[in-house]
Amino acid sequence: MSRELHRFKGGVHPPDHKAESNRRPVHAAPLPKKLVIPLRQHLGNPAKPVVEVGDPVKKGQMIAAADGYISAAVHASSSGVVTAIDLQPVPHISGLPDLCITIETDGRDEWIDHAPLDYLAVEPSQLRMQLRDMGLVGLGGAVFPTGVKLDPGATQQCPTLIINGGECEPWITCDDVLMRQHAGEVLEGVAIMRHLMGSTEILVGIEDNKPEAIAAMRAAAARLDFAVEVVVIPTLYPSGGAKQMTEILTGKQVPSGKRSTDIGLQVFNVGTAYALARAVHHGEPLISRLVTVTGHVLRPQNFEVLIGTPMHTLITLAGDRDGTTGVLMGGPMMGVPMPNLDVPVVKATNCILVKSKELFPPLPNALPCIRCTRCADACPAELQPQELFRFAKAGDFGRAQEYHLFDCIECGCCSYVCPSHIPLVDFYRYAKSEIWAHEKDKRASDLARERHEFRQFRLEREKKEKAEKLAAKAQAKRAELAAVPPAERAVPSDADAKKALIAAALARAQAKRSDAAPKNIDHLTPEQLHQIEEIEARRAKIRELARQPLESEEKNT
Amino acid sequence: MLAAIGVMVVLAVAIGLVLGWSAIRFRVEGNPLAEKIDAILPQTQCGQCGFPGCRPYAEAIAKGEADINQCPPGGEEGVKKLADLLGVEPKSLDETHGTPKPKSVAFIDERTCIGCTLCIQACPVDAISGAAKQMHTIIAAECTGCELCLPPCPVDCISMVPIAEDLPHWKYKHPVVMLKLVAETESA
Repeated sequence: MSRELHRFKGGVHPPDHKAESNRRPVHAAPLPKKLVIPLRQHLGNPAKPVVEVGDPVKKGQMIAAADGYISAAVHASSSGVVTAIDLQPVPHISGLPDLCITIETDGRDEWIDHAPLDYLAVEPSQLRMQLRDMGLVGLGGAVFPTGVKLDPGATQQCPTLIINGGECEPWITCDDVLMRQHAGEVLEGVAIMRHLMGSTEILVGIEDNKPEAIAAMRAAAARLDFAVEVVVIPTLYPSGGAKQMTEILTGKQVPSGKRSTDIGLQVFNVGTAYALARAVHHGEPLISRLVTVTGHVLRPQNFEVLIGTPMHTLITLAGDRDGTTGVLMGGPMMGVPMPNLDVPVVKATNCILVKSKELFPPLPNALPCIRCTRCADACPAELQPQELFRFAKAGDFGRAQEYHLFDCIECGCCSYVCPSHIPLVDFYRYAKSEIWAHEKDKRASDLARERHEFRQFRLEREKKEKAEKLAAKAQAKRAELAAVPPAERAVPSDADAKKALIAAALARAQAKRSDAAPKNIDHLTPEQLHQIEEIEARRAKIRELARQPLESEEKNT
Repeated sequence: MLAAIGVMVVLAVAIGLVLGWSAIRFRVEGNPLAEKIDAILPQTQCGQCGFPGCRPYAEAIAKGEADINQCPPGGEEGVKKLADLLGVEPKSLDETHGTPKPKSVAFIDERTCIGCTLCIQACPVDAISGAAKQMHTIIAAECTGCELCLPPCPVDCISMVPIAEDLPHWKYKHPVVMLKLVAETESA
């Protein structure tokens, strides 16, 4: 089983720190009193709540449905009662709250009725929709809905399926531990993927610093009725990136702006394969995942954690220590700092890394860029980070895009090697976010322009239609008057015709007014009706009086 | 001599015909410069520039009848882009046309609204839904924040609500790079 391996350009060798957390057995984290489950845990549209405050829910019950094709459902991680659907802090770098469903757990952890799916009997498109409704998303970090990725398309062929067990990021061991303990189930998930994608070649890439995981996966692969090649790759950050893994195993590069299915392959994380197997063979939606809690804690280890569990309970469980200087979600290279520890574990949470001064000494202040291009040597996406930095800093986003800013995978190699300690990735994230905001503004202004132009057109059209209608009406009236025999007509002139039209309109209005009976006299007593009549009589008299002098004046003249 | 004149005349006629034909065949509809200017303008259709909408303002700039610094919603950035496009020096916004405000959308207080439809008629992008004697409401996704619905409202039930920063609208901030002091500046 020797396969020719390829090497991607760049990459770095940070100390891996895997041994801290991968030696202890996996424990299930205890059921918290309160679960806070965000509705935006995946790429695409956030899920739409389908429960209301006060509703009882069971474990595995869908509490928010997928909204559109690129979306995924969200489920209750345990049984209990929905106590709130509101904005709560979520694990996001901004520290801004987002819509979450809060469940007060009842401790019974009672499952909703669930049954395995017979995936061979179900139509593939229907199976993909079911996976979306089971909340399956990629657990490697991007949390892209798995159902969408499992579609090879009508004409596209996907002969190669790559299962990513790289886990190159330092400190994180959840995939390592998963492969050691559940290799069989991971490969059951792979079998389902193979069925949906129609793949003929299946490669599992694992870095050589995980010998136990490699052995377990090889042993499990030997028991299968189809060929799975477990490939050992040299440890190099970021070989666990989907594009890098593809290049190492096949030598193919995904062209800029294209998808991996365009070159006939698809990449899934081992955690995703495991979740898929649980969903299909056990009918369990994605309500828990393995999370590594490591760094500055007493007992670094992996936990099986229900989605929605507050992060601080996991840190307490692993033994919190004094001197904590911050917490990252993810690893040291790509992780995002958490604004506070009340935030829940979400589907994307692979690691909770507690920082301390000793383990993560604060970076010295940044020095100016000396254009040494060490970052360009380290960049696995073959970009020019120093140029991108220059453009992003100056706000020249157009040039940054010309230099393929969007091929940056934000792996952090450039920042890692930078001798001036410039937080380069922050600049790329800033530039990307500005470009997205610009595009959004552009779309909004295009919409406004279109609507404004349509309104102008509509007003013009309405004006024209009104004028035409009036002209047609006047024409008809004139024709009607002309039809009357001339003997009965007084002096036939335009002014008279107009007067006649006005008189007719007045008569119509009068008739309409007298037809409209007051509606508020139905339930009145006879006395009240009598009173009304009296008032009406008085009014008529006053009206008569008011008209008389006018008439007399007319007579006088 | 005659032959030379003849050749020149024939050439002139032939070229003239080609030019005349292409002037008709490849005629550019509208003013392409105004199109480009219009693409930069923010399309709020607010009329603060003194023209009835972004398109008329763009045409006025293209004809040289209006200055490039009359659009407060576009801000300084918009002025800079217009200056780049037209090859002139950027200048600061003309404050007589208003000052840039944070992005907002209109909000109708439905308890006060009497359903008079005046705001519907004023809205340049048809972003208000409602009918006579029926409550009106703003279609927030389509509101440009132009404030044109505020003056006609007889009961002052419309207010401008700034768009709060939430997750979908959040942007990364420009990273602040702390520069290290390498050497103390020597005192003179």
